[in-house]
Order: sequence, then structure tokens, then C-alpha cells
Amino acid sequence: MTARGRDVRGSAVRLGLLALPAAFFAVFFAWPVAAIVARGLRTDGAWHPGRIADVVAQPDIRHVLWFTCWQALASTALTLLLALPAAFVLARLDFPGRQLLRAVVTIPFVLPTVVAGSAFLALVGHGGLLDRLWGVRLDTTVWAILLAHVFFNYAVVVRTVGGLWSQLDPRQEEAARMLGASPWGAFRKVTLPALAPAVAAAALMVFLFTFTSFGVVQILGGPTFSTLEVEIYRQTSEVFDLSTAAVLTLVQFAAVGAVLVVHAWTVRRRETALRLVDPEITARRPRGAGQRALLAGVLATVALLLVLPLAVLVRRSLDAPGFGYYRALTRTDGGTFLVAPVHAVWTSLQYAVAATVIAVVIGGLAAAALARRDAGRLVRGFDALLMLPLGVSAVTVGFGFLIALDEPPLDLRQSWLLVPLAQALVGAPFVVRTMLPVLRAVDLRLREAAAVLGASPWRVWREVDLPLVRRALVVAAGFAFAVSLGEFGATVFIARPDNPTLPVAVARLLSRPGDLNYGQAMALSTILMVVCAAALLVLERLRTDRTGEF
Amino acid sequence: MLSLKSVTVRFGGRAVLDAVDLEIAEHEVVCVLGPSGSGKSTLLRAVAGLQPLDAGRVSLAGHDQGGVPAHQRGVGLMFQDHQLFPQRDVAANVAFGLRMHGVAKAERVARVGELLDMVGMPGADRRAVAGLSGGEQQRVALARALAPRPRLLMLDEPLGQLDRSLRERLVVELRELFGRLGTTVLAVTHDQGEAFALADRVVVMRDGRIAQSGTPLEVWQRPADAFVARFLGFENVVPATVVGAVADSPWGKLPVPQGAPQGDRTLLVRPAGVRLVPADTGLTCTVAARTFKGTHVAVHLQPGDGPRLEAACALRDAPETGDRVGAEFDAAEIVVLD
Repeated sequence: MTARGRDVRGSAVRLGLLALPAAFFAVFFAWPVAAIVARGLRTDGAWHPGRIADVVAQPDIRHVLWFTCWQALASTALTLLLALPAAFVLARLDFPGRQLLRAVVTIPFVLPTVVAGSAFLALVGHGGLLDRLWGVRLDTTVWAILLAHVFFNYAVVVRTVGGLWSQLDPRQEEAARMLGASPWGAFRKVTLPALAPAVAAAALMVFLFTFTSFGVVQILGGPTFSTLEVEIYRQTSEVFDLSTAAVLTLVQFAAVGAVLVVHAWTVRRRETALRLVDPEITARRPRGAGQRALLAGVLATVALLLVLPLAVLVRRSLDAPGFGYYRALTRTDGGTFLVAPVHAVWTSLQYAVAATVIAVVIGGLAAAALARRDAGRLVRGFDALLMLPLGVSAVTVGFGFLIALDEPPLDLRQSWLLVPLAQALVGAPFVVRTMLPVLRAVDLRLREAAAVLGASPWRVWREVDLPLVRRALVVAAGFAFAVSLGEFGATVFIARPDNPTLPVAVARLLSRPGDLNYGQAMALSTILMVVCAAALLVLERLRTDRTGEF
Repeated sequence: MLSLKSVTVRFGGRAVLDAVDLEIAEHEVVCVLGPSGSGKSTLLRAVAGLQPLDAGRVSLAGHDQGGVPAHQRGVGLMFQDHQLFPQRDVAANVAFGLRMHGVAKAERVARVGELLDMVGMPGADRRAVAGLSGGEQQRVALARALAPRPRLLMLDEPLGQLDRSLRERLVVELRELFGRLGTTVLAVTHDQGEAFALADRVVVMRDGRIAQSGTPLEVWQRPADAFVARFLGFENVVPATVVGAVADSPWGKLPVPQGAPQGDRTLLVRPAGVRLVPADTGLTCTVAARTFKGTHVAVHLQPGDGPRLEAACALRDAPETGDRVGAEFDAAEIVVLD
């Protein structure tokens, strides 16, 4: 066989693997987005691109753009400042309760934004814990938003940076010390450069998540603070100005696309040639006052910022005597819901299972194609493309579904599949990100060894790759499950009124006045939190630190 | 059995294999010897079908292997660092190739037991590969490669990572095993001792080309050129002009065997052919260094003029560093190359 012949066959395999994910993204992402843009920019059969300049020139829109950018930058900086010490502590220090801390840190990331929003409201809002203790209210300031963003993205930094940090060979620093470097010098010259791409990647992820923040800003921002995402939602659902919403979507697209290109670049750099070791051997007992103070500081931060809001949430859900709010969930009140709110738990679980299956199939195929060593620039570009639904506003996805998939040839309006499809779109990038590093880490020569022993390419995959990535597959499925369980921005548009998911039910309860509704929202949030946390703890048992970056 | 015809592989613009021709007969054990980067491993990968050719052809038993994928070639390859499947135990690793070839379970179990006996690891079936020592991994990898009874067994640096005593013992075991099984073997190594001990025939490679091919004795006695001589560890290689039975070299006029090629040549002087005599007889030198070699002492001599000269001498006769000695030469240990 000639080298050229091999190239052609390799490309064919790659395209075959990519066909399904590509079709999925074309139909359920590109098309709806195109439909929104067309509906916004096209009137009377003509395009009006000038609308972009008009919209961006509006003072209130410029204010939204400015706020979106600076709050995202501030949130990212604050998250790095607070989470990098935790990355070090969890990677390099060995102390009792380390596994528990790791799990606690990760829980907020998989919690629905609505839950976190109302938890912070319960902590720092009107009648919240701080208000009652000291009369302090933060819900009218930007601090509530920034702190909630730290709450969510703490895990992104700890996981991405700490995961790598725990696997960096400490002997590299020791070698630098033997060559005359001071401890700080060795850290700065050896460890920091090795970590830099991971820190950059984490910072970009946090920036992306906070730039497109919806639920948190919606609940904590009040009338004062509005991000692009909230503004798109407001324009579509309150003002019904689709044209402006479409323009804002385009602006968001451009920004997110730029960030994702940079992200894909840093991810690739991170996957190159670092000597990694078993994380079990790199952690040491804390030594000296400095390390103990750092550990104490991290524990205090986690307690105040991550645990306290959730504790307050649970506490508020129990305010009514005899689990009153929980018992109220099982009754139909005839007003807010057609069915008992607790029915949403069952609906959510069904949707989440279906979404997980779709996300794992689509994401798994894409990861398998992307992991091939001969993957060209085009295929790697697809990597960034897959991340797009994650970064582009979930509201866009949901609204796009609503207007693009409601008429022939594809009328899914009545299909229960609509919600799982949207959720899978949001979940699939997580599957890719979890699977890809593991698939890329499978030694090529292990596959060759199997081939020489008589295994066909398909059997090589089944016998060599699958056993090695099975665990990552389970972890990816778990993340997809948790993500779809908590998905709000897209689902709020397309969930049928008689069948709300948990987050949608929470939001609906919160939007209605009265202590009972508020209490029920807290109770339902608590149930959701417990389900997500349970899923995460199962994953935590399964995962090794090599599986993925979240 | 195996035939390579002007096999060429290029990485970027560089030819890693440059029109290599090689024939291996049934039951022959051939060892490819060369420094790292000489293209040895690529040669094995090309035969296995893991590396596409840019030109030339590979035939097995008379059949062109162009277009035959690796898993249908029926050759075995033992990887440099073994590449045992980490998630399978010893028996499952050995049985892997048998399963791929659809061998029935009962037969597989019997064959695995037989192979583990053969490589000296009876009863290791259920052990995890992560817990094996380097030597044990090597044995399991060998059993795994042998299990499907490949037409041709290829070994990539089979003993590369093992310590010396283990390596020497395993070389003997491998040699016996191949003799007993009658397997056709193509091995590559950078260690000349390993190659000479293992092979019926040694092929020396340099920069993607074959520099010399012959029995270990032939290669050792008559290296084809200065590169091969230096690679085999000979230091005393100098240019010389040969006229009759005398060579004019930087070390003066040296005797060469009768019938040696004439004219401008390269001369190899084996250390054993340098006799140490009292100073002022022969070539006067200062002892620059001496290294203990077990059976003898290698003495590095610095003549007043010209390159260094290595001499082998018995332990008790070895001069001290800094001594002045004379050197005389023995025609029987001098080879005129090219």
C-alpha cells in the first residue's frame, strides 16, 4: 500500500465518523441559528445588514455590551484569584477529607443556574441571611453576580489546572533546585510554564461561561444589570423584537467564536509532550505555616462561597413546619401547573436519560474522529465548532428550535424528543472534552500491537480503545446527564407547559409571588441539587484524574 | 521467505529507508544492527504493514504484501517496550492473537499454557501485567507474539531495557528457542553483542541503507568500511596508503597481510594487534588512559604525532597512566578496509 492510499483511507474513516455529528449539528444547531438570523435581518425579502450598526449604536445596547464584557473579565479574574490556591491545595497537599473537598468543589458546576441564583438570593438578597444578621444586601450590586460566577466556575479552574498540576512530575522542580534555583525560582521557571496553557484554557472557559451567563444574571441582576444573553431573552420574550435579538446573537457569535478559537489552540498546546506521573505520588502532607495557612484559607473560601449558599437554600426549603413546602409539591394547585410540581422530577429524569444517550453517541463519534493522530486542520476546526453550542447562548438554541423545527420538513413541536435534542446539543461538547484527552492518550503502538496480532481496525477499537476509555465514557455520560438535568436557557423555551423540567418549574415558582411558591422553589431546588450531587459523587468514585478536564 | 526490493520510506523529505534490498530464508535468524536513527525500526514496521512504503515492495513467501493490511500479514512483532495490554492479565495478553484468529477456547487455554511453559513462566496466567518485572514482561510479550504461530517473527530491541545479566541469559534462551521452533526471525538492535549472539546473519544499517550483511564472524573479522568498524567498537581506524605488504599510516609503516588491496585505503588495527614493548622500540607512545575490561585492559596510547591508539593487554602486563611505552604491530590483526 502506498502512503497516499493510506491517507485516502484514513480520511474516509474520519469522514465516516464525523458524518453523524456533523449532520446533527447542521440540523439542530446551524439551521435554527440561521433561521433566527434570517428572521431578524431579513424583512420583505431583502437583507438588512445595516441593522447591526443601528442596534449596536443604541445607548442601552452599548451599555449591555460593556457590562457583559467587564463583568466577564472581573468574574474570570476573581475566580482565578480564589481558585488557583485551591488547585494547588487539591493537587499537591495530602490531608484528611481531600476527596470530599474535591467533590464539594465540583458540585456547584453541575448545579442548575436557577438553583444557584436563588441560593445566592437567599444568602445576600432581601430577607436573606446577611440581611437578617447585619442588614447587608448585595443583590442590588454587581458583587452578587460576581460571587455567584465564582461559585459556578471555581471547579473549572480547580479541575483544569489542578488536574494537570497533580500529574506534573515533582522531579522536574527538584532538578531545577539541584541546578541552583530557589523554591520560588523553580516554581516560576519550571512549574508555571508547564501550567500556563492549562491556566489560560481554564480562564477562557470561565470567561466564556460568564460572558454568556443567563440564569444568574436574570435572577440577581434585577433591572440594573443585563448581559447579552439576558437581553436576547428579554428582546425575544418580552419586547418581541426578533430583529434586535438576532443582531445581538450575531454579536455574541463573533465574540464566542473568537474565544473558542483561542481555547482550541491552548488545548492543543496542553496536550503536547508533558511528562505526567501518577497523581497519587505527587501529594505531600502540608509543611510549614505558609502551606497550612493556604489550606485553611482555601477551606474557608469553599465553606463561605460554595457551601454556605447551598446550606441556606436547604434551610429555606425547610422553613415551613413538617416539610410543608415539600408536601406542597405533590399537590396540584391548579394555577401554576397542570400537574403536581413533583412530577417535574420524573419528566426531568426521562429527558436527561434520552439527552445523555444522544450526547454520548454524537460526542463519542466526534471524539473518536478528532482523536485520530492524522486529523487535519479541517477536523480540528470541527473541534472548536462542537464547542459552539456550549458558548453560544442557550437561549438562542432554544428559541432557534422553536422557530426552525416547527414546520415541515422537520416538525418536532409535538415531539417529546425536542427537549432532549436541545439538551444533548449542550451536553455533547462536554462528552467530547472528556473523551478526547483519554482517546489521545491511548498509545498508538498498543493499537499496532493488536493489529499485528491479527485484529482488524474495528476489533482494535473494541479490544484496545474501548476497555481503556470505558471509564471516561461513563464519566462523560454522567456529565451529559447532569448538564441536561440542569439545563435551563434552552429548555425554558421548548418544554411543554404541562411537562416542565425541574429548572423550569423552579423558575416558574420563583416568578410568582408568595412564601409558598418561594418555599416550593427552594424545596424543588434542593431535590435537584441532591440528584445532581448524587450523580456527581458516583462519577467521583469512577473517575481517575486522567479522564478529561472538567 | 521475506523479500524486500528497493524499499523506500520518507519522513518529510528525508529517506529513512533508502532503497533497501533484503532477503531472508526460511528458518533464518537475521539481526539488523545499527545506531539509533538508522531506520531499523522503520524496516520492521514496513514489513509488518504499519508503515506505508513510498517505493519498493515487500513480499512474504513470494506474495507481494502491497495493500495487505497489518492484521492479515501473519507476521509477529514484539515491540521495543513490549506494549502489553494493561487492562488484561498475562493469559489474556498471550491469547489475544489466538482470539483474533478465531481459535476455539479450549485450544487457546492449552496453547497459552504451553507458551507460558516455553518462556519460563508456568502458572502466570492470572497475573496482572502491571505487576510484572521487565524480564517477565519480555517473556510474556514473546509468548504473545509467538502464539498465533507467525510465519515471521520480528523483534524490536527485544532486550533493550533489561539489565545486563538478564539480557545475556535471555539471549541464550532466545537462541535456543528459535533453534528448537525453527522460527524465521528478523530482529533489530543497537547492541552488537546481542546481534552477534542471536543471529545467523547480521545486517548493519546506516542512514537507511544496508552497510554490510554477513555472518557474525564475517562482519566481525572484515568490517565493510570505516563506519561499520567504528560502530562495532573499533577505535583504531585510520587512512593509509598500501604498497605491497606495507601500509603508510599516521602511526608509521605498518605490516598488512599478503594480498591486501593496494592504494589509498582505510586501515583497521585491532587492539589485540598492538603489542606493548619497552620505550624507544617501535612507535613511542605515552599511556593516556587505561580501562579495565574484565578479561583484559584497554590501554589508550598517545603517540608523539598522530591519533590515539588502543591496545589490549593482559592485566598483569598493563602499564600505568603516564608511562612511556613502545608499540609494535601484528599483520594478522590488521585489516585493510574498502
